Amino acid sequence: MAHGTAAVAKVDSPRSPYARRKTTRGNYELYSWVFMRASGVVLLVLIFGHLFVNLMVGEGVHAIDFAFVGGKWSNPMWQVWDLLMLWLAMIHGTNGVRTIINDYATKDVTRGILKGLLFLAFTVVVVLGTLVIFTFDACPPDAPAELLASFCTA
Amino acid sequence: MTATLEAAAPSPAGEIPSFTVTLRIRRFNPEVSEEATWEDFTVEAHGTDRILDALHKIKWDEDGSLTFRRSCAHGVCGSDAMRINGRNRLACKTLLKDVNPDKPITVEPIKGLPVVKDLVVDMEPFFASYREIMPFLITSGNEPSKERYQSPEDRAKFDDTTKCILCAACTSSCPVFWTDGQYFGPAAIVNAHRFIFDSRDEGGSQRLEILNDKEGVWRCRTTFNCTEACPRGIEVTKAIQEVKRAMITRAF
Repeated sequence: MAHGTAAVAKVDSPRSPYARRKTTRGNYELYSWVFMRASGVVLLVLIFGHLFVNLMVGEGVHAIDFAFVGGKWSNPMWQVWDLLMLWLAMIHGTNGVRTIINDYATKDVTRGILKGLLFLAFTVVVVLGTLVIFTFDACPPDAPAELLASFCTA
Repeated sequence: MTATLEAAAPSPAGEIPSFTVTLRIRRFNPEVSEEATWEDFTVEAHGTDRILDALHKIKWDEDGSLTFRRSCAHGVCGSDAMRINGRNRLACKTLLKDVNPDKPITVEPIKGLPVVKDLVVDMEPFFASYREIMPFLITSGNEPSKERYQSPEDRAKFDDTTKCILCAACTSSCPVFWTDGQYFGPAAIVNAHRFIFDSRDEGGSQRLEILNDKEGVWRCRTTFNCTEACPRGIEVTKAIQEVKRAMITRAF
């Protein structure tokens, strides 16, 4: 090999350069993998339940207005349902996009920027959504009564 | 076959016809150019010839500088994995007639590993991953004075993964490995599977721990490229899933 090293300088020496960057053991990826499967199953129930109740029961899609949404969010069961749906969908989706970024972004900087944007979007949506679900006022004081849910007048 | 025999019977019954075939080979020589180029070679091939026979004809009769690896030439050593018509195969196990010789047949080095010259790649990253999963029997206690017994049922658990010849056809067909060379790759996981599910081996949890890495089995996206590429017919993706399952049952 010695006589030819100068001419083939561009070719990496077979023995030196490859090394695993660092061992990143821990159960994080394992839990994230299991979470994707479990949340997927739960989301299937939550989303189709949501679609069924909103679009098919009773008058169906025509029943949806401010009063309908206000009525749902005055019920703790629907608050929990929608909160669970929001959180699971956001974590599931964010984790999915995170793995896609890991797969496709080859440069560390690109990967860092994309993941930063992803987590920012995640935080904004989850915080805003959670806030709305819990602070939603179904009966604003100076709104016309015909737009509000039936229990507001009482 | 002797010349007289051929002269007496120019086309005896059952003779396999010969034909011309064009091989479009990815050439790369870092001493000449940094760029890899395609080069066409047309050779006369016999109906029973393999890609490797055509490569031999080119190297021996047309261009001696063509560089590729091959050792046993019979599908056992795993030296001549290459990308033929866009799929990873062993050149010595692929018949020309099976890859449509009417059109030029493309022959490239396997992807994801640094090319040294023409069809020869640097296999070191591949073997480094292989070494990391400790591909040897780990036991504790005294050496038994006779062989270590194993029931046929226990043997059957990892039978499929004993067939690996380390040709790198699976690892270099994996899209995750193409973009992230740090990924252990299917071959390393297959060879870990071979020991994890061996009833005589006691290093299973160590190996599971190694593959629980961020770059371990969880990077597998089950695209089945590896299963399709394996020249030994190993169900690679299934083996990877079995390792995942072993990790999950261990964790919960």
